[in-house]
Amino acid sequence: MSQPLVKLSGIKKSFGPVDVLKGVNLEVYAGKVTALVGDNGAGKSTLIKGLAGVQPYDDGVVEFEGQAVNLGSPREAAAMGIEVVYQDLALCENLDIVQNMFLGREEVSLGTLSEAKMEFAAAKALSSLSVKTVKSVRQTVSSLSGGQRQTVAIARTVLRDAKLVILDEPTAALGVAQTEQVLNLVRRLAEKGMGVIIISHNLQDVFKVADNIAVLYLGNMVAQLETANTNHNEVIGYITGISANVKEEI
Amino acid sequence: MAEQVTINTGHEGSISDQVKAYFSRLKAGDMGALPAIAAVVALMALFANLSPYFLTEINIANLFVQSAVLMVTAMALVFVILLAEIDLSAGVTAATAMALFVKLSNSGTPWPLALLIGFAVGFVTGWVLGIFVAKIGVPSFVISLAFFLGFPGVMLIILGAGGILRVEVDAVKAIMNSNLPVWAGWVVLAVVVLVAFLLSVWDRVRRLKEGLPVRSWAFIIAKVSAYLVFGGIAVYFLNLPRSLVAANPIQGVPIVVPMVIVLMFIGSFVLSRTTFGRYIYAVGGNPEAARRAGINVAQIRIWAFIICSTLATMGGLMHISRIGAVEAAAGRTIVLSAVAAAVVGGVSLFGGRGKLYNAAIGAVVISIIDNGLGLLGFPAGVSFIVTGSVLALAATIDALARKRAPGGTRV
Ligand SMILES: Nc1ncnc2c1ncn2[C@@H]1O[C@H](COP(=O)(O)OP(=O)(O)O)[C@@H](O)[C@H]1O
Ligand SMILES: [Mg+2]
Repeated sequence: MSQPLVKLSGIKKSFGPVDVLKGVNLEVYAGKVTALVGDNGAGKSTLIKGLAGVQPYDDGVVEFEGQAVNLGSPREAAAMGIEVVYQDLALCENLDIVQNMFLGREEVSLGTLSEAKMEFAAAKALSSLSVKTVKSVRQTVSSLSGGQRQTVAIARTVLRDAKLVILDEPTAALGVAQTEQVLNLVRRLAEKGMGVIIISHNLQDVFKVADNIAVLYLGNMVAQLETANTNHNEVIGYITGISANVKEEI
Repeated sequence: MAEQVTINTGHEGSISDQVKAYFSRLKAGDMGALPAIAAVVALMALFANLSPYFLTEINIANLFVQSAVLMVTAMALVFVILLAEIDLSAGVTAATAMALFVKLSNSGTPWPLALLIGFAVGFVTGWVLGIFVAKIGVPSFVISLAFFLGFPGVMLIILGAGGILRVEVDAVKAIMNSNLPVWAGWVVLAVVVLVAFLLSVWDRVRRLKEGLPVRSWAFIIAKVSAYLVFGGIAVYFLNLPRSLVAANPIQGVPIVVPMVIVLMFIGSFVLSRTTFGRYIYAVGGNPEAARRAGINVAQIRIWAFIICSTLATMGGLMHISRIGAVEAAAGRTIVLSAVAAAVVGGVSLFGGRGKLYNAAIGAVVISIIDNGLGLLGFPAGVSFIVTGSVLALAATIDALARKRAPGGTRV
């Protein structure tokens, strides 16, 4: 297999006496969707926050495109092309879609905002993802549905030329139809050649969208499987810790 | 292989499509300044009917001058209200800055230098407030209340036993008491119309360059015509002689009017066309989202407080120009009226929503109520009660309209 886009080795993180990540390994490939699954408290969000530079790891090596890198702040992560779509989306409801998509990276000329340029790029990014549900890029986010907001948050990563997109529970709050749309969107990110990590509790979604499935169990990476070579029961076994391969550590 | 999907930008369609879209936004609760504009028209009609003096040249000129201080202070407060913060001390900061200015200029300091020092007081006060709020985390209500309580003391010390100092600088007195020559009023109007026209054309050209759809020329023409008609009426009125003594003609646009226009233009430009302005709205809408987008939230907050205090100091300058003196009690009541003006005009106290012109229109509403009721001979008490009721009404309309808006919980 080709070189992974991201390679985590021996990642550790603790909060005081609590070891949350106990030496995690993970490989994520460009153009593939890697699902990160695990029970509540397994350490999924903690693992993601380290990659986003929000909450640096205590120990371990992060390789990005083969280079060992230091992810000390969200800016460093973003500069490398790592974008996170958080569960709470972090959109400004009072701003419109274009303004949200370009927030923090506005196009400027002569010291003033180049609204037309940004509007064009935002519309292009949305149509490159075949988004059909958004009527106008100048709608304020407060007028959008949950699925549309998720769409905006995901499209923002395209605009930023992300190499790795991390999605934390993107479908948790959505109905059936909107979930379908968002999963399609996630596939399209991978088709565009980005590496994608998606956290999800819904195994049905995971099997629909992921190429690889990585299972965290109490801070250990207990399995990294190819979706094609596994099934629901096996994954559930790893998640719940009943599967034989789980090494008990204390 | 993504299939081609076209996404609208809000500029598509015929004139009637655009107008329909506008009304659907209104229905959805996105009313902006419309209720306040309606209030201005209704109040003008009401008072014009009730009092033969309301529409006289002298009273119209008075209205412009009277509302200027409130307008500028309300515009100042918009910068912090957009962040869902408040600066209760804006008025007393301005008054203290002006007390220092008058004291210094009256005791021999060249007045431009004294004025600069006065504005520095405003600037630094805003900076200190901003540090308390953004870096230390003291709620702005509390820290600005502390300044509100403390500054009148500083003023007493500056002003000494008399508690009042006369303004001796003619240039300062001229702001509220002198008028532009008749021709200059028309020049101001021409410049305003030209700038509005050129900005619209510039935006249109940039959209065309990106291949984006543009609205019909009719909209630009309508906008410019509205400026021409309403501005023209205002300038015409203000240029009519309005002196009660025929031998001593008073006519022309008061000097304060172009000053307010310039402040409003610069402020609006900053808010709507620069990244700084965009970040103010972002921080006001969702500070966490702004932070994650890489915006230096603390810095934005600090600058908002600096702008608020400095602009309020400009309001203070206009105030002492009108009164002709600075007294120890100055600046205490203006802030709450200014907050009321902003809210009446459609600025949300919850942050993230509102423009400078909203505050300006709100200030006009409150000034008209004040002025009209005064002309009708009502005591000041009635004016307070009516103003309070209008504020309650405006806040209620806003809350109800927002409730109906799609996406529900926008505040
Ligand atoms: N900032 C923190 N301080 C202390 N404990 C934390 C912190 N963040 C997460 N934890 C703990 O780490 C464990 C893993 O949390 P998390 O990564 O959120 O799991 P998941 O996302 O898989 O549900 C939980 O037991 C949680 O209580
Ligand atoms: Mg989590």
